[in-house]
Order: sequence, then structure tokens, then C-alpha cells
Amino acid sequence: MSDVEIKTLTMNFGPQHPAAHGVLRLVVEMDGEIVERCDPHIGLLHRGTEKLIEYKSYLQAVPYFDRLDYVSPMNQEHAYALAVEKLLGIEAPERGQYIRVLFSEITRILNHLLNVTTFAMDVGALTPPLWGFEQRELLMEYYEQVSGSRMHAAYFRPGGVHQDLPAGMLDSMEGWIKQFYPFMKDVESLLNENRIFRQRTVDIGVVSAEQALDWGFSGPLIRASGLPWDLRKSQPYDVYDRMDFDIPVGKTGDCYARYLVRIEEMYQSARIMEQCIAALRKVGGPVRVDDRKISPPRRGEMKGSMEALIHHFKLYTEGYKVPAGETYTAVEAPKGEFGVYLVSDGTNKPYRCKIRAPGFPHLQALEMMTKGHQLADMSANIGSLDIVFGEIDR
Amino acid sequence: MSEALKELGDHIVQAQADVVSKTEIRLGELMLGTSPDKVTALLTYLRDDPKCLFTQLIDICGVDWPEREKRFDVVYNLLSVKNNQRIRVKLMTDETTPVPSAASVYSSAGWFERETYDLYGVWFSDHPDLRRILTDYGFEGHPLRKDFPLTGFVELRWDDVQKRVVYEPVKLAQEFRRFDFLSPWEGAPKVLPGDEKAQETAAAPAAAPAKAN
Repeated sequence: MSDVEIKTLTMNFGPQHPAAHGVLRLVVEMDGEIVERCDPHIGLLHRGTEKLIEYKSYLQAVPYFDRLDYVSPMNQEHAYALAVEKLLGIEAPERGQYIRVLFSEITRILNHLLNVTTFAMDVGALTPPLWGFEQRELLMEYYEQVSGSRMHAAYFRPGGVHQDLPAGMLDSMEGWIKQFYPFMKDVESLLNENRIFRQRTVDIGVVSAEQALDWGFSGPLIRASGLPWDLRKSQPYDVYDRMDFDIPVGKTGDCYARYLVRIEEMYQSARIMEQCIAALRKVGGPVRVDDRKISPPRRGEMKGSMEALIHHFKLYTEGYKVPAGETYTAVEAPKGEFGVYLVSDGTNKPYRCKIRAPGFPHLQALEMMTKGHQLADMSANIGSLDIVFGEIDR
Repeated sequence: MSEALKELGDHIVQAQADVVSKTEIRLGELMLGTSPDKVTALLTYLRDDPKCLFTQLIDICGVDWPEREKRFDVVYNLLSVKNNQRIRVKLMTDETTPVPSAASVYSSAGWFERETYDLYGVWFSDHPDLRRILTDYGFEGHPLRKDFPLTGFVELRWDDVQKRVVYEPVKLAQEFRRFDFLSPWEGAPKVLPGDEKAQETAAAPAAAPAKAN
């Protein structure tokens, strides 16, 4: 009997699929259950953010950054604020920097809680998301208290943050951190030794350190592959150089290592939060630069001062002019290196604002990671990549 | 930091004098200029040289300067994890001059180049799979070019008769308004012609109030 030639099957995965984490369309070529080729089609959530920013003043561009990766909004504002500050040649005051670091870490926990728990859901566990989302809700209350919005905060502005923390918030946060550690132990007890979870993740989607560099990985993914690389340590911004925290590094580079790295990062983020809270109790002063040509006056001031009224009017119509120049500024967002390449031509609007989203190169490597795996492992890979289409499609 | 960058820049220029057209350090960031035909050689050198080791390609993007003869900048942002340094490589091209693809040097270049092609129409030669990536299937034009309108040319809606999504030319219920908020006063010359007072104060530090704006 001669060999039977088996034709590969082309299959369409998504764009509406619960394991696709958004609107991802994959064209998969399959040989039986084995993935031979997979071609991600992205852009279904493309909103032209970069084009829109070119038509807005520097301040008006801030809210667009919340809407990129809608799971970690403040980290992205942070990158943009730092880029504009660099071009303007200003630095946020100390208290503002501590608040930004505090909220960056809250955002990291928010993001990892979502990713770790929905990743568990992708591979068959339903309880973790129910628990994790409760904690997320508590954290989003802090977002709401400082900015009035649970997710799209627009809280970090070039020059600092928009307003100071409300009274009593630090105490409440301390209480939250106290109950967060036992919560994390519970989540770990659900997943770490769970037989199903480990069967679905261990040795799935192994990425070596060389591959991780070649494919432009960053964040938890590059650390899971064994490279101790974290921008908060290696190129510290704001007050990260004063923080004491460890960088978890994975050994195997598979889905399970990526999960473990994220779990440990949450503990470290809570540690950084504790240090920020302690520092904020001591450090007073303004939360944004005291330069009326950049940051608008308080409402109370405007009632009595003509000068303040003029400044307010000018800043919210014309905005401030940013000296001509260009910068690439990156922060360690929860998903990896989030960078803003900002080109200014000396007017009040960015000439070009390229957003470097970490998920973009990560998703590109999906084919490399998935080739030769089974179809079910693909959704484990997608879950461990931590992709959100707001930032990939922009 | 900037000492080390300067040293690195000098080292690269010495080794690759015919490839690097200019170096510049601004705001603590090192920028190398090159040309399309030499970019892969430069990127390979930057990746492999033991003093550079820029093993990670962070980003490729375009910038459009329509008034220039070669209207596009293609910008490569590289990162060296080993030396903890960043570098930016820039080249100029136009609509017709292709840029050799960096996909053979960095695997991550593939999608970044697809994106640059999609949004700017910069052609990358030898690219394994140069298709549109972010815009819709069958999209025409390159939306991030400065001469592409913000509103675009087509809009889509669900047609209940044909039972499918149809494309139509954009109809705006309200005219698209682009306000020019740039204050005319700040652009004016500091000394008005025939203004004798300004002549007198010119000797004194007259630049100070103008700078405050």
C-alpha cells in the first residue's frame, strides 16, 4: 500500500473566540491536531491612535494612552509623560514621582491579576478569575478615588500627576496589601501544584534566551526565558532607583515559567507599594511641576487671579509648546517594554508619536512558539503571552 | 552615561566609516544616520560587534516629512541588554526607493516593517511577507502620511438590503474643523521696526520676558 498523502487543514480561529483575548484572527494550518503554520491577522481593533495624537495637543493626547492596553492604563501614561517631560526638560516633583510609582505598581498587579487568572481559565480553571476580579475591583476603587474613573484615568500628566491623593487613602491601601498576601497564597494553592494546570503549561511554548532576544521579547516573557532584564532596575525612571525589590527569573521559558514570574512580580509590586506608602507619609510638597506655563492653576486660584485665569485658558486651548527634538522613552509596563517615540517640531502638537507596544512583537512570535504543538496548546500560548488588542492594533 | 555614548559613537564611526553618515547625541540618546543600501550591514555590525551587542530590535517606525525631497525617515530603535544601552538608526527614503528588509538580521523586524509599509508606504525589499497589517483587508492608501486626511476617504455601514457591510465615501454631518491655536503673538519678532523703546532695552536682558512664553 502506498503512503497516503494527508492534506493539511486550514482553519480559522477567531476573531470572536473566548481564548483569543480580544479580536484576534488566526489562520491556522493543521496536520491533524498539530499546528503547522499560524498566521495572526491583527488590526481588527485599529483606531488610528497615532494619527489622532498628531491632531491633538500634548495634554489631549494623554487619554489615548489609557485606551491602548486597557488593562494597564497608567503605565502607558507614564511612558508618555516621561517622554514629554524629557523634551520639555522638566522633572516631576518628588511626591508626584512616588505617587506615579505607587500607581504603576497597582496597575502591574491589576494587569497580572487579570492575565494570570484568565490564563488559568484558558486552560480549564474557573475559580481563579472569580477571585482575582474581586481584588481588581478593590484596586480600581483607588483609581476612581484619584481620577474619578475606574479604568481610563488620565491621571499621570506631563509634569507629575493631576491631583494629590485623597485623605485616608494610604491607610486603606495598607489594609488592602495586608489581605493581598494571603489572597495570593490562596491563588497559588489553586494553581501551582494543580495537575491539570501543570499538564497544560509545563514544556509548552518553550522560548530560549536567544530566541527571546531575537524576537524582541521584553517584560515577564524575557525574564521567564532566564534573562534578568527589567527596565525598573537597569534604566530606572522616577523613584524606582530608591525602591528595594527583586526581579524573578524563570528557568525553563515555558508557559509555566511565565506564570510563575508573574505571580512573583505581584508580590514584589506589593513590596514596592509598601515602600511608596511609607515614603509618601514623609514626603510632602506639590505633586506636579509648579510652572504655570506647563501645569494649569488650581480652580480656587482662578477665582481670584486674572493671571491664573489666562493661564488656564491658554493651557486648555493652545496648550504648551514643546521644543523641537525627538526621544524614545520606555517604561517597564506589566506586559513588557512600552515605549513612546516622540518627535516634536516645536509646536503644541506632537509631530509624530510612535507607540511601541510590547504585545506586538510578542504576538509575532506566536507562530514560532506554537509550531509543532497541538491546537489546544495554542490557546495556552496566547494566554501566557498576555496580549491585549488595544495596544497591538493601536 | 553620555560619555559612554560618545565613546560608543566614536567606536562605531571608526569601524563603519563608510556606512554611518552622521552621529548625534541629543537628550542623552545616540542617533546614527545611514542610507537605505547600507542599513543591513550596519544593523548586522551593531548586533554582532562585541562592543555594541545590540541584540534586540525594539522598534521600526516611519516619520513623514512631506516637504523634503526624500520624505520618509525610517527609524530603528535598538537595545543592548548586555551593555544596557540604546541606539537609534535613521535613514531617509522616498515612495519609490526600497529599503532592504532587516528581517534577516532580526526576526522581530517582520511585523514592524509590515506596519511601516502599511502606514507609510515605505517599500521593504526582500521582505518574506510584506502585506498590510493594521488596516482593513483591501484598504487603499497609507494613513499615517501627512497628506492623508484624519477622517479618511471611506466609511462603512451595514446595508440591510444587501445583508453585508458596504463602503461609502465619507459624509460628515459637520465640517471637520481643525483649530489653529498657535498664538500669533509669540511668533512675532522681538523688536518691532520703528520702536525706539525696544532699541533702548535691547542692551538690557530683553530676551527674558520673551523666553517666559
